[in-house]
Amino acid sequence: MARALINVPAKAKRGEVIAIKALVSHVMESGFRHTNLGVVIPRDIIDTFVCSYNGEEIFRASFAPAIAANPFIAFHTVATESGKIEFKWTGDNGFAATETATITVE
Amino acid sequence: MSKTRPTTQTTRRRMLAGAGALLSGAGLPIALVRPATAQVQANPAMLALAIRKVTGGAKVTPGKVKLEIPPLSENGNAVPLTVTVDAPMTKERYVKAIHVLSEKNPQPNVISAQLGPRAGKATVQTRFRLADSQTITAIAELSDGTFWSDTADVIITLGACLEDTP
Repeated sequence: MARALINVPAKAKRGEVIAIKALVSHVMESGFRHTNLGVVIPRDIIDTFVCSYNGEEIFRASFAPAIAANPFIAFHTVATESGKIEFKWTGDNGFAATETATITVE
Repeated sequence: MSKTRPTTQTTRRRMLAGAGALLSGAGLPIALVRPATAQVQANPAMLALAIRKVTGGAKVTPGKVKLEIPPLSENGNAVPLTVTVDAPMTKERYVKAIHVLSEKNPQPNVISAQLGPRAGKATVQTRFRLADSQTITAIAELSDGTFWSDTADVIITLGACLEDTP
């Protein structure tokens, strides 16, 4: 299981715009590199990142091989209600990772 | 330095392979023994095609978008990037998507982010790779169907993506 780091404020006021940061450990092998013997190293990347807030999708990103290793992504959302924010990464070779954060909205 | 040894090894191997090829009469140029990776590069035509794919042929106007990348990076392996769109995020009018495209990476696409009115603020931040010094383009798609863009010039001392494993 890949290690993921997420940063979501634990508490927020209703309607407040909160910053969300997410990072997951992954090599993001571009598929454009060669070994010493000239053999192409096959592509192995995370291509999709989805963030849902209480089951509703709020942010989605498609990564190209140009995204650096250990993909980091930061974005914002409006704190609407208390609940769970779920992060999901999927990619080549059946890669899948999920992480959940809990937020309390006052 | 761990970096110097593999290079010497490669050179020797390459030379031996080249010599072998010459001896066997095949006369293969040494460049064929190890594919020239630097040839894999997007070009302005590919960038234009990628922009057309993103916009569907719609007009892209410079403005509203702010693309922030450090102008000079020593290493192209992880360059921070921030795209901010100056647009309201309401139910009626919001930023639908943010795309980042490169000119000289092996592929023009970098990232495509889909946002909605729930984002509150149209900002996306990530870290990406740069194969060469180039101009990066960010395009924002608004809910009213208009496209806005910004570009940034980046100078890279050591490129990413194409370097071989040590």
